[in-house]
Amino acid sequence: MSRFFRLRVLAFGGAGLAALLVAACFDLPGFGGGSHPYGDRAVRASLARRTANVISSVNFDQRAYDTLGEMSILFAAVLGCVVLLRQNRDEHRDRPEPTEVALPVRRYALLVLPVALVTGLYVIAHGQLSPGGGFQGGVVAATALHLLYLGADYGALERVRPIGVFEVTDSLAACSYLVLGLAGVLAGTAFLANTLLPYGTFNTLSSGGTVPLLNAAIGMEVASAVVVLLARFLDQAVEIEEEKGS
Amino acid sequence: MHVFPYLVAVWIFLTGCYGLATSRNLIHAVGCLAVVQSSTYVLLLAVGYRDGGTAPVFSDLKPGARPLVDPVVQALALTDVVVGATVTALLLALVLQIAKRHGTVDPDELTELRG
Repeated sequence: MSRFFRLRVLAFGGAGLAALLVAACFDLPGFGGGSHPYGDRAVRASLARRTANVISSVNFDQRAYDTLGEMSILFAAVLGCVVLLRQNRDEHRDRPEPTEVALPVRRYALLVLPVALVTGLYVIAHGQLSPGGGFQGGVVAATALHLLYLGADYGALERVRPIGVFEVTDSLAACSYLVLGLAGVLAGTAFLANTLLPYGTFNTLSSGGTVPLLNAAIGMEVASAVVVLLARFLDQAVEIEEEKGS
Repeated sequence: MHVFPYLVAVWIFLTGCYGLATSRNLIHAVGCLAVVQSSTYVLLLAVGYRDGGTAPVFSDLKPGARPLVDPVVQALALTDVVVGATVTALLLALVLQIAKRHGTVDPDELTELRG
């Protein structure tokens, strides 16, 4: 198929799709309208279970089963990356040379690293209270570690980041989410039903029943998943070299 | 004006589709897929918006004091972001392997099968 012909097919299909989508837009409920039946019910359910952050309540209580699926996607994607980005037979590992880092960059990175790490852990821990949660805080905490790569060099990052430990943590976090779900079954309720623990006092760290626990499991999973992912990509960029002459 | 945000989502979606179809570089194609996906964020958040609404978080808000935007679509957008990021990582890993095996990232040059 020639390029020109392909573009014409694309234009034809695109025009049809655009017309259908625009027609659909005019049938949607108006932007900013007041009717949100599911939203209103989700807010009521969240308040009944004393979870201040309604989005966390939706993710880890009302739709906890879907979050299990989402976590599995994350886990599978990391597994796929680990398999795809392995060292090939015609490649070898080079120790990366220690590099000079400009002093202001070094100072700033080492200054911000602990702040960013604590911020990430704070965002995870307060997921049931304020905006944030396991997914967001996990990414913040994991990327905070990589400031060491910017501030020092790859060798320093590798010393504080034993990949094996993070891979095991990733699986453990995924398991603990499942175990928390199964605990509900053993206690005679339903899988991932938030009826196991007392709901606590509204707007305190321990409120929301199992929400903070599931949130912490997800935070651990996301943080180690991001570390493992970035490690695989960095290995490709920094350490793994193709054999000469192949 | 009340459908404008939806039309923005449609526009972003079609722009991403055009980029995907005409891409000459697989990394560019992965970027275009991210553009297509970001149209779903715009659509979801536009569907959930309520005039004068605030975030559905009660850490510093009395329940019932103000109208709230829809938390369900916000949770869906969060799911969307996470899945999008991981799928992008997986696709980039695939592109890396293709570049190593075939020495090119132009989809038009990837015609033959190779073991």
